[in-house]
Amino acid sequence: MSKVIKVLGPGCPKCKTTYTNALEAVKQSGVAAEVIKVEDIMEMMSYNILTTPVLMVDEVAKIKGRIAQIDEIVQLLKE
Amino acid sequence: MFDWIQNFADWLIYSIFSIDASSHLGKALNFFVYDTLKIVLLLFLIVFIMGIVNAYLPIEKLKNYLTQNKLFGLEYFFASLFGAITPFCSCSSVPLFIGFVRGGIPLGVTFSFLITSPLVNEVAVAMFLGMFGIKATVIYVTSGILLGTFGGWLLGKMKLEHLLTDWVKQLLNQSSSQNDSFEEEQLTFRQRLPEITRSAWGIVRGVLLYVVIGIGIGAAMHGYVPEQFFATYLGSGAWWTVPLAVILAVPMYANAAGIVPVIQVFVAKGVPIGTAIAFMMATVGLSIPEATLLKKVMTFKLIAIFFAVVTLFIILSGFLFNALL
Repeated sequence: MSKVIKVLGPGCPKCKTTYTNALEAVKQSGVAAEVIKVEDIMEMMSYNILTTPVLMVDEVAKIKGRIAQIDEIVQLLKE
Repeated sequence: MFDWIQNFADWLIYSIFSIDASSHLGKALNFFVYDTLKIVLLLFLIVFIMGIVNAYLPIEKLKNYLTQNKLFGLEYFFASLFGAITPFCSCSSVPLFIGFVRGGIPLGVTFSFLITSPLVNEVAVAMFLGMFGIKATVIYVTSGILLGTFGGWLLGKMKLEHLLTDWVKQLLNQSSSQNDSFEEEQLTFRQRLPEITRSAWGIVRGVLLYVVIGIGIGAAMHGYVPEQFFATYLGSGAWWTVPLAVILAVPMYANAAGIVPVIQVFVAKGVPIGTAIAFMMATVGLSIPEATLLKKVMTFKLIAIFFAVVTLFIILSGFLFNALL
């Protein structure tokens, strides 16, 4: 089953970097995954977060409040 | 502590470029090299230390603590302190605001956080330390935290909940003081260090251009604007200079990195330090981009009240500094 990565963040530089890192990580890992960028505050808040950016894998918040690095995301995808 | 940087600047400008040490150009260039090096070093150091603090700061736990404990007014102070410690990223302030409100933290306490968060941030602290020394930095940080405490308390007393946007009001009604549970990240210090270093460098690189431009303008003014220029021409002792400086600064959006070097020259040329600090607080603490972000959670009227109260407090602290310093 293909995984879903969500990057939550209202569009600051950190959030953009996380998003491009996620795209790159999917490419590197070869895992079938969809990357979705969530920029809407209301939708973001339904996930109960406090700091942005947040990286979610299959609806579970994995990395919060900092830029997720490519190798980290690759690891998460392989779990 | 910074003697070696001064020696390096002297050597570079006066010996290598052989520019006359008594010329305006020589002074300005020397000032520029010295200040840029000093500030970049300090910036990296402070941002790095704050990065370590933040990696271990359990934001969720702090939020839950504020939610569950009645602290007899101290909660305003804690929220303000908390705002000072967390790194300011304008995009995190709205999610945090909502997280607070939903957690059942009173609006006033949330405002305390919101006021201090941009006002006291690691870049501003590093710039202040480099440009004005420890005493002024301590005064800046302390007054920023107190300003958040009292500003939030006053806003809380005004009972402004009805001025939040509708969907936030809904969240408010559903608010529960239950602990939100979060997955803890399990990483060792060693694993985190590269990421902390990387993001510290990222922040420094991000503001570097502003630092260089700010110091450049400062250096040019330093060498060419006569001593006591502002004292003579702006009548800087007059009472109205504080409100004027603050009101001019509110719509201005410059980050601390660019504004502090310019302010330092203002002070060197005769502007009272209290007026300068007030100007700086208004520039970094309140801005149009921040207001735009807050529009998602507050009505225009609430933003206006929020800005007005903070502006008033900044003006008052400007008067206070001028009287004390």
